[in-house]
Order: sequence, then C-alpha cells, then structure tokens
Amino acid sequence: MSLTTGTFAQRLRGSVHRRAALPARMAAFALLLAASCIASAAPISLKDDRGVTVQLPDTPRRIVSLLPSLTETVCELGDCEKLVGVDRYSNYPARTQALPKLGGLDDTGIEMLVALKPDVVLLGISARVIDRLESLGLKVVALEPKSMNDVQRVLGKVGQILNRPEEARRLWNRIDGHISQSAASLPAAARGLSVYYEVDAGPYGAGSSSFIGEILTRLGARNILPPELGPFPKLNPEYIVRADPQVIMVGQRNAPGLPQRPGWAAVRAVKQQRICVWVPVESDVLVRPGPRMSEAAALMARCLREAAAGPVAWPSAPFNAPPGGMR
Amino acid sequence: MPSMSTRTLVQLLALLVLGALLLGLGLAVGSTGWSPWFGAQAWPADAMHQILWEIRAPRSIGAWLAGALLALAGAMAQGLFRNPLADPYLLGCSAGASLGVAALLFAIGLSPAATALALRIGMTGAAFAGAVLAVLLSLVLARGVEHGLRLLLAGVVVGVVLGSGAALLTLINPDALRAMQAFMLGSTGYVGWSAVQVMAMSLAVCLLVGLGCSRALDALTLGEDTARSLGQRLTLIRLLLIAALSLATGAAVAQCGLIAFVGLIAPHLVRSWGPVTHGALLLLSPLTGGALLLAADIGARWVIAPQELPVGIITALLGGGYLLWLMHRRGSALGAVR
Repeated sequence: MSLTTGTFAQRLRGSVHRRAALPARMAAFALLLAASCIASAAPISLKDDRGVTVQLPDTPRRIVSLLPSLTETVCELGDCEKLVGVDRYSNYPARTQALPKLGGLDDTGIEMLVALKPDVVLLGISARVIDRLESLGLKVVALEPKSMNDVQRVLGKVGQILNRPEEARRLWNRIDGHISQSAASLPAAARGLSVYYEVDAGPYGAGSSSFIGEILTRLGARNILPPELGPFPKLNPEYIVRADPQVIMVGQRNAPGLPQRPGWAAVRAVKQQRICVWVPVESDVLVRPGPRMSEAAALMARCLREAAAGPVAWPSAPFNAPPGGMR
Repeated sequence: MPSMSTRTLVQLLALLVLGALLLGLGLAVGSTGWSPWFGAQAWPADAMHQILWEIRAPRSIGAWLAGALLALAGAMAQGLFRNPLADPYLLGCSAGASLGVAALLFAIGLSPAATALALRIGMTGAAFAGAVLAVLLSLVLARGVEHGLRLLLAGVVVGVVLGSGAALLTLINPDALRAMQAFMLGSTGYVGWSAVQVMAMSLAVCLLVGLGCSRALDALTLGEDTARSLGQRLTLIRLLLIAALSLATGAAVAQCGLIAFVGLIAPHLVRSWGPVTHGALLLLSPLTGGALLLAADIGARWVIAPQELPVGIITALLGGGYLLWLMHRRGSALGAVR
C-alpha cells in the first residue's frame, strides 16, 4: 500500500513539474510554428475505426498512444516528441522507452493517463478503456491496423491528425516500394516455397488473410494456410505435418521443442533444417502492422533466401525477452 | 478382486468395446475430418502410415488415458470426501498446475539461465510439479488428512490463491496469454508416445492403489466412525488415496491441460446405471472417462477441421448436456442417485 501511495505522490509531483514547464514549452512551440508559417488553428474532423467522428480543435501537441504500431507510426511521421505517454509494449523507437508507461489496453493506468493531459489518445478498437477516457473528457481516436490496407488507412488517419498528410503519403509509398524491392531481390529458387508461419505453439499459424500472410504472399511464398481459415487459426498439428511445408518461421519463444513434436521430424522444413527462428527484436517487427512492415518483409525475404540456399542456422544468442512484450 | 456381479462384467466389456471402437474412429479422423486409414487415399502410403502411427495413434490413446486418469481421480475424490460434487481438481490441482505453467512461461526469456532451466523442466514437468505442490499445500493447511471438511476448505483456498498467482503472472507477461489459454482449455494435440507411456504407468499405479482401498471407501460411505469401527485405518487410506488422486490428476493435466468435467461426470454416469461398489466404480469410471474424453477429442478434431476446438469445451458440452438430461429424466437431484 505504501508503495502505491509513494509512486502516486511521485506521479503527482511529476505532473506539477510538467505543468510548470508547459508555458515555456508552448511558447517555444508557437515560435516554431510561426517560423514554419503553418500556424493555423484548423479544427480536425475525422472518422475513426469505430465509425465515430472525432473533432479535434487543433493539431494535437500532446499525444498518448496505447498501441505499439500507432506509436511507431507517430514517430515515423516525425512527431515522436509529441508523445507524452505510451502503453507498456511500445518499445520502438528507443526514445519511447523513456516515456511514462501506461499499462496495456486492458489495464490502462487511467489516472496517470489523465494526469498527462493529452490532446488526443490513440488506441486500438478493442479497448475497454475508450468509454472511460471519453467520459473524462479526453479525445480518443481508435485505430485498428490489422491488414496491409489497414496500415495504409491508419497511416492516412494519423497523418491527418498530425497535420502531415503529405509525409504520410510519402511514407506509405516508401514502405510499399521497399516491400516490392524485397520481393524482387529474391532469387528464383526462393520463390514459391511453401511456408508455415507459427504465431504460437497452440499451434496457431498465420493464415493468408493475416497481415503476416499478406507479406508472405507479396514475397511469392506459398502459405500452407488458405485464406478461408481466417487470420490466426488454431490448427490440428497433423494438418501441418500433412501440408509438409518447406520452410517454417517461428519466434524464439516457441522454437525449442518444435522439431521434437510428434511426427514433425518428417516435415521437410525440419528434415532439411529450414526453420527460421526470430529473435525477440525481429518478432516485434514481424507482429506489428505498422510502418516497419517493410522491415518485416526484408526479414522474411532473408529467411526465404537462406532457406533456398540450404540449412538455416538458429540464433546463437539464448532467448532473452523480459516479460512485457508481445512476441 | 472381490466378487463382481455379472452386470458389472457386462458393463466392463461394453465399455472396453466402446473404447476400442472410438480408438478406431480416432485413427480415422484427422486434420481433414473423416480420412480413414483404409481405402484408397490421395497421399503416399508411408506419409499416411507415419501420420497414423506418430500422431493419431498416440493422440487417441493419450486422450483415452487422460480421460481415464481424470475419471479415476474423480471417483476416488467423490468416495473419499463422500461428496458428489468432488472432482479431481478439488485439492487445488488445477490452480497449482496453472501456476506451474504460468511460472514456466514467465521464466522463459527472463534470463539465459532461467530460460535454460525452464526449457529443461518443460511444460509437463511444471504442470505436474505445480499440481502436486498444491495438494501438499492443501494437506499442510488442513494439518493432515484427519478432517475431510477442513481438507476441502484448504483445497478451495489453495485453489483461489494459486489461481490468482497464475493470473498475475500471465497479466505481467502477456506473451503467455495464448499459451495459458490453450492450457486452461486443454488439448491433446501434442501427445506423443512418451506421454502415453507416462500416463499408462500412472493409470496402472493409481488403479492398483484405488482397488486396494476400495473396501475402505465402501465402509466410508457409512460414515467415518462406522468405517473406523469396522477396522479401517482411515488416515493411511486417505493418504494413499490422496497421493493416487494427485498423481492421476497431475499426470493427465501435465500432458493435456485442464480438461473440464470428465472427472466429475464419469463416476456419476457409472452410478446412474445402477448401484455399484467402489471396486466396480473405480474400474468402470476410468473406462467411461476414457471413452468420454476420446469421443470429445475426436469431435474437437472433426467439427471445424483442419482447425481445432479446445477439447475442454467439448467435454463440458458433452458432459454437461448428458448430466442435465439425466437430471431431467430422473426428476431428482443427482446427489440422490447414490
């Protein structure tokens, strides 16, 4: 109990300090705006993924993001310094790690969030926290990137909120171009390989309709899971053995023991040692539908290239991912 | 074995035949739904042979064994505590196993040393250790096995406390959410021959202990004092039965996760067919539970193949549905069936 009050007091003190520093920061900001001649209190109105139209009086200056992919999008569009708080899974770019951590979507630290006085809170659609935040008078924009199209749309929306529509368009073109480059860089032998991407040892796989599956398709790989199974189906392990994939992609958390599963020794990917094991940093990139999608494509392309050339080595570093990620 | 009635023998035989039939069906249902091993098939024969031998056979036998273990544990618990609501998870086994698995998933990735240790212990090891430790904790809290009611209460408390511990660990480490959910709902997907061996040996040991104690359980139905006056060494019997029931539960839970309802429903099913002694109950319940879980597992593979339902959901649906029907048909509370 005393611990909680202690941190609460610190939090309070922190917010007081911040408030004291605010006028100075705002003055600096106003100067900056005036200098770049884009100073305009243009109200923003946009429809978020709930279908709710959100009105913002002005381009927000204090932003809270509760989804790693949205955090990355804001930063990638050049407004990282406007972030005042993030969820506990946001860890990229590195500067976001120093920001106040507000928990996850299911256990958000409401009090701490409100104390940060954000102009807008960006979060996922599944958040129970939305109603609470809105009843406290905060502006909430729910965005849910799940597929590649979603990433493009969300990028556009965030660009609109940040008043950087041009940057958003250019960023999307860059991402799209990089994915095409990754696909074009693959040798003929690395194309058309059948792939099983394991999300979790359930076994849950990444289906063709998932965001990971879409990238695989762009790279010319054959996903063993057809789109009608949905994005992340829980499979009968026998299905994978029967599909006999040539390449398996799996996170380091679930990799140990995979070759020893009953019957899996006969799968081509296991027999020929074509299992790509992602270290946690790579997993972060691969599971987040955001601006680092092109990096995800490059990683998968690397895997396909190596697998086409011969056995793929497992990471030499032991698995080390402190709790709190989504790998 | 004390004298066994013809009816019991017939039931035993029928359940064995049912088990064998289900086993045959289990071999014929896989990731594409109905895909029998007999008849012409599209894929090469040796691949099919391998799928049958290395996946479907151990999985089907494993499901049967896990069901049998849970049902045996349930029958023991109901007899021991003279409570029709008793089930294998009574003494905190399930919460302990969840905590074991949650702690393992938490340790993986914490540091290289912790990861190496966790991988050596493995899911099954952690679940089994957790289940057994929970039972020991319940015994300590109840200060021995003298008082059935105190033991029950201790089991409930241990279950709640360890369960919230598991929930806390999962909350801190959301990576583990999906794995935890899979464990809580139960799955026979990865049961191989080694798991089958472990479960078969546990079943043999527990069955022997149970049958050895069956006369004492019969005496116990008349009340503790009467049982004692009949010359039963209750403390020893209780200790033995609790050890056997936690071994059975731990072995099943470690391999297949927390499968709901089989342990509760199987003994009730057996009793609904007519009055039985504990000797017969402890033989018939595992056969019933095995058939029930194997049938549920086949359903889990079949219904939305190649996807899979968690088998625990099916057992709850099957078992719960049957229980309701039974209650409706009899028009009496099930506790009175005994």
